[in-house]
Amino acid sequence: MASGGKKWITLLIALLAAFLAFAPLVLHREAEFAGADEQAEKAINDLAPGYKPWTEPLWEPPSGEVESFLFALQAAAGSAFIGYFIGYYRGKKVGTGEKNRRGAEDYAEH
Amino acid sequence: MGRKKTAVLFLLTVFLTFALWPSYAMAMHIMEGFLPPAWAAGWWVVVLPFLLYGLWQLRRVTRQNPRIKILLGLAGAFAFVLSALKIPSVTGSCSHPTGVGLAAVLFGPAATSVIGFIVLFFQALLLAHGGLTTLGANAFSMAVAGPVVSYFVYRLTRRASPAVAVFLAAMLGDLATYLVTSLQLALAYPAAHGGVLASLVKFAGIFAVTQISLAISEGLLTALVFNFLREHNRNELMELSVISGEGGSK
Repeated sequence: MASGGKKWITLLIALLAAFLAFAPLVLHREAEFAGADEQAEKAINDLAPGYKPWTEPLWEPPSGEVESFLFALQAAAGSAFIGYFIGYYRGKKVGTGEKNRRGAEDYAEH
Repeated sequence: MGRKKTAVLFLLTVFLTFALWPSYAMAMHIMEGFLPPAWAAGWWVVVLPFLLYGLWQLRRVTRQNPRIKILLGLAGAFAFVLSALKIPSVTGSCSHPTGVGLAAVLFGPAATSVIGFIVLFFQALLLAHGGLTTLGANAFSMAVAGPVVSYFVYRLTRRASPAVAVFLAAMLGDLATYLVTSLQLALAYPAAHGGVLASLVKFAGIFAVTQISLAISEGLLTALVFNFLREHNRNELMELSVISGEGGSK
């Protein structure tokens, strides 16, 4: 991320990943983008008619809103740590560079 | 070889996605109660040794070098974020990446199984996503099989270019995870005509095809983070023998 070329590559990779996520929304306007595991459930039903799940989740988010809240929380917690990590090491690098430069100046004065 | 091969692979996956284009939904973990008890228990038994060995390995690594802990945190956080994102796929449905490719490259598959297990446990308990009885099976696909593939892909291709190797490792690990999920369901539910193989085709159509464009995204994002590490955490990467002394500075 230091040189100009690397910055561009970073940006390009990020844009490409964003494109892959958003392009389907434009390409398939009529699609449902369902987040359900229904399809696999249906397939199981076809293959083993009459199969009943033998257990239920202990707890289920009471609504889609609560579920998306929990997913957002999960992503936010992870992102916070990643942001901290990147900031810490960027700052450390800048700080080390500064110290080296000052050190060299002190040395030149003596 | 790296760049040309990646380009070919990329075009091939794009072509396949458009060629197959099924309009049906969804891909994720196996839902609670959807594996018969014998299979659910069997996968738990298979996964446990990996987890125990992984825990032992993590303790050893962090004792030897406490500075590695923050990298471990990063790998865990990365898996947390990526597995929370349900991303639209070109098939017109949504699925989420696994996020464990980075950990597999940094710490190897055994240690990664612990990270993947924690993420899956959280999602099974709080989000009713996956399940506790199917946790063994889901952990095997996402926390063992995927990371094993990622690890070996990285080790085999890193000489050409570490960043491209990480991209391939994360992408193929992601795909492997969902192929294994399909296989697990196919084994539990063989079709009346055509048996396990026919079922595998059916489940792979649901689980693995949706995953293709997501696998590419996962590869790209993992390479992005890895590039940062290569720039700022060279010493740690060398200690974990992820990269060698020379090379990789360009």
